[in-house]
Amino acid sequence: MSDRPLVAVVVFPGSNDDRDAAWALGSVGAEPTFVWHEETSLPKGTGAVVLPGGFSYGDYLRTGAIASVAPVMDPVRRFAAAGGPVLGICNGFQVLCEARMLPGVLRPNRQLEFVCRDAALRVEAVDSVFLHRCAIGQELVIPVKHGEGAWYADEGTFVQLAARGQIVLRYTDDVNGALGNVAGVVNETGNVMGLMPHPEHAVDPLLGSADGGLLLAALVDAAAAHRALVPA
Amino acid sequence: MLVRPKEGILDPQGDAVRHSLRKLGFDVATARVGRVIDLDVEADDADGARREIERMCQELLANPLIESFEIRFEEM
Repeated sequence: MSDRPLVAVVVFPGSNDDRDAAWALGSVGAEPTFVWHEETSLPKGTGAVVLPGGFSYGDYLRTGAIASVAPVMDPVRRFAAAGGPVLGICNGFQVLCEARMLPGVLRPNRQLEFVCRDAALRVEAVDSVFLHRCAIGQELVIPVKHGEGAWYADEGTFVQLAARGQIVLRYTDDVNGALGNVAGVVNETGNVMGLMPHPEHAVDPLLGSADGGLLLAALVDAAAAHRALVPA
Repeated sequence: MLVRPKEGILDPQGDAVRHSLRKLGFDVATARVGRVIDLDVEADDADGARREIERMCQELLANPLIESFEIRFEEM
């Protein structure tokens, strides 16, 4: 068995960034493996889980809603409850919100247009495993490509999340009408994160930015730590 | 089942519809866009069916953070 930490990339019908995510994770030291949405367990030795971008189930009902009740979400939920790191990217973020594993919900962009461009982000909190390679106030450039990325939560929840350091990334400008320009949040225990920008598309300077690699490498660190903690 | 964006929640789709209606000359103050879900459910009584459908709404059909729902019955 490879000494690279095993990172499970979940594949739903309609996922389309699963292979990019696996490639990018491999480039920062992970051993990626694909897990089909009908699976009822994660591979032995899984150190982290990634829910990739795409349009699971054609975005029917609400983005991420149908995927949030897929069979694979039971083991993903148990993995997260045991402290395992789980990262949701774009559609994966929508799935985690619909699964109530992350606070808030992603709504249609205010401008009703699909937005596809590099986005500048500011790091707001670094306590979670995902941001430990970044500094507060650091600016990251990572592309976004979504039609339903306007994060929303009620005012009370929002204030509480900000106070607890659960708002981890914000756009430096208004990209989609998200409340507080929120681009990424973590759960209360800091081991589940969702973000709309695509770190897997920003792991090589040749593609415009390697800033996404900071987040994915941190996930691989967390995967190694989790695997060491929970013997396979 | 009628699912609507909750009161006070920004509804960009509804705004776009209102905008287009106004362009056509209709004086519309607000437009909100939701969805209708028709379900055929077998149940002994309306109360049982309502409880079952409410659970469906909580677990999948509506997101209570942003949507409200209303259940209407037609007996077959």
